[in-house]
Amino acid sequence: MRITKPVAIAAAAATLALGLAACRGGSSSGGDIKLGMSVSTLNNPYFVQFRQGAEEEAKKEGVKLTTTDAQNDASQQTNQVQNFTGQSMKAIILNPVDSDAAAPAVKAADRAKIPVIAADRGVNGASVAQTVASDNVAGGRLAAQQLGKALGGKGKVGVLQGTAGTSAARDRQQGFAEGIKAFPGIQVVAQQPADFDRAKGLDVLTNMVQANPGITGVFAANDEMALGGIKALGAKAGKQVKVVGFDGTPDGLKAVQMGTLSADVAQQPKLLGQLAVQSAVKAAKGDKVPVTVAVPVKVADKTNVAQFLNGS
Amino acid sequence: MTTAVMRLRKSGGLLGENGSLAGLVVLVVALTLLSGDFLTVTNLLNVGVQAAVTAILAFGSTYVIITAGIDLSVGAVAALSAVVLAWTATSHGVPWPVALIVALVAGIVCGLVNGVLITYGRLPPFIATLAMQGVARGLGLVISQGSPIPLPDAVAHLGDTIGSYLPVPVIVMVAMGVITAVVLNRTYAGRTMYAIGGNEEAARLSGIKVTRQKIITYALAGGFAAVAGIVLASRLASAQPQAALGYELDAIAAVVIGGASLSGGKGRALGTLVGALILAVLRNGLNLLSVSAFWQQVVIGVVIALAVLLDTLRRRQAN
Repeated sequence: MRITKPVAIAAAAATLALGLAACRGGSSSGGDIKLGMSVSTLNNPYFVQFRQGAEEEAKKEGVKLTTTDAQNDASQQTNQVQNFTGQSMKAIILNPVDSDAAAPAVKAADRAKIPVIAADRGVNGASVAQTVASDNVAGGRLAAQQLGKALGGKGKVGVLQGTAGTSAARDRQQGFAEGIKAFPGIQVVAQQPADFDRAKGLDVLTNMVQANPGITGVFAANDEMALGGIKALGAKAGKQVKVVGFDGTPDGLKAVQMGTLSADVAQQPKLLGQLAVQSAVKAAKGDKVPVTVAVPVKVADKTNVAQFLNGS
Repeated sequence: MTTAVMRLRKSGGLLGENGSLAGLVVLVVALTLLSGDFLTVTNLLNVGVQAAVTAILAFGSTYVIITAGIDLSVGAVAALSAVVLAWTATSHGVPWPVALIVALVAGIVCGLVNGVLITYGRLPPFIATLAMQGVARGLGLVISQGSPIPLPDAVAHLGDTIGSYLPVPVIVMVAMGVITAVVLNRTYAGRTMYAIGGNEEAARLSGIKVTRQKIITYALAGGFAAVAGIVLASRLASAQPQAALGYELDAIAAVVIGGASLSGGKGRALGTLVGALILAVLRNGLNLLSVSAFWQQVVIGVVIALAVLLDTLRRRQAN
């Protein structure tokens, strides 16, 4: 071991970087517009689809898109955006880990005169060129309507909530609570967090049903928890107990097709990615872009699910 | 409460060895009084199923912690093994028994790499396994391309029940627990783990091949993580790259609640099982009682601290 440590580390890093660069191959061709995109986490099928949509759109427009994964760490994301400003990006797409914590990064980009498009979540305390997001509150209301319809306006309902403290969990919960008020015959008997996670959805709903055997309806704030919940309900899912999910992931839509999930409030992550890139390209060229773009949420049920599955 | 604990301790050697069992009993009694739904056969089986994945991960971590090491990669390795299983069986049509073995091998290989990095590479276990956490999590995402992969039906039955009552995850948990108890108490490998954790230099001087035994220890942890990943995926009938996020910390908590010491040389299979059960009973109870989302995390933190405190106090009194 005569090689000094820094030299060894530098050599290893260089080898790794070269190797990864080689993996990327042909994607280096493209126009003179370079876009940077920082995604909150790629550890979630929703954001993986979002990135797919963005990358496809970038290819179509002939721009070069560099994507980074912030791994749900707000400070890492700030660093990534700062790096983008140093890489002469023409526009930045930011899918914030945290709406408040993203402000410093956006301000840094502003100082470098680089327009920022916020995607899926807004940024508080700094101005962005545009916010593209699905309307989670409206989605929650739609979910309540669907569950109310499926239950015929009466019954006991359990709610699987998302990760405590996240805006998606909060907004969907708020929308659902507002929407379910329209059904005086429906009573929400339990609401518990399952952290947007399938395994936790399974465990938490098992426990919830244990404590409230009369539950006839379940609203899960995302599809992963809904699918876990369906596992917990077994043969009762879709029959004695109606489940409504949120997101419209491929697995969720398949469950709608099978009838275990009564309805799914589908977001359109690919469309979200496409719209974000379109706006970023416009902003990069110096064109005006509208301040907000709401990506519509749609209800997928048995009658129209085939359309969604073909679309995604 | 202390007198109750003392009485419990005097009532048998089993309890004497394991202060955390008293904690579990206290928790069970409290929940039985608070919720009429807790002490039923169905619910207790539910708790068993819900404890299984953490317990199996924790059994693997017990070996590592006894040698005074730490393994932060087990959650990610579990997810990777599950993804490997689903990817080979579902996406590539490999017969499921072969796929199961491939998944197990994937876990063991991750453990071997940990062991080699720690022994030959002289990396601190914390760093080596942290690196493996990233690599395994990343490889799971690469293989699955970020999306869940369905499991073949034959494997998904592993998450079901035999007959209408006996859940397979509980059987697997008990089996892995028995294996852990036998390895720790009855084999050369187990005894060397305690020796290495007690005093690594003394173990080396007394002729134990410390390097080899440590690599075996981490490989065992990797293998157990693979089993946990398979059980987790079979319960969901799908393998998810983002599954078991943060489970390594639950596993470490279960081992320490069970009476092991992070400075090594101490730890038992039964204690670890009790530790995992405490966590599962707690989560189950919080759901049954409809405790608010924000408070649940506070309560879990407090109970972990209390459980270990109870054990430490008991040991101090015993001395």
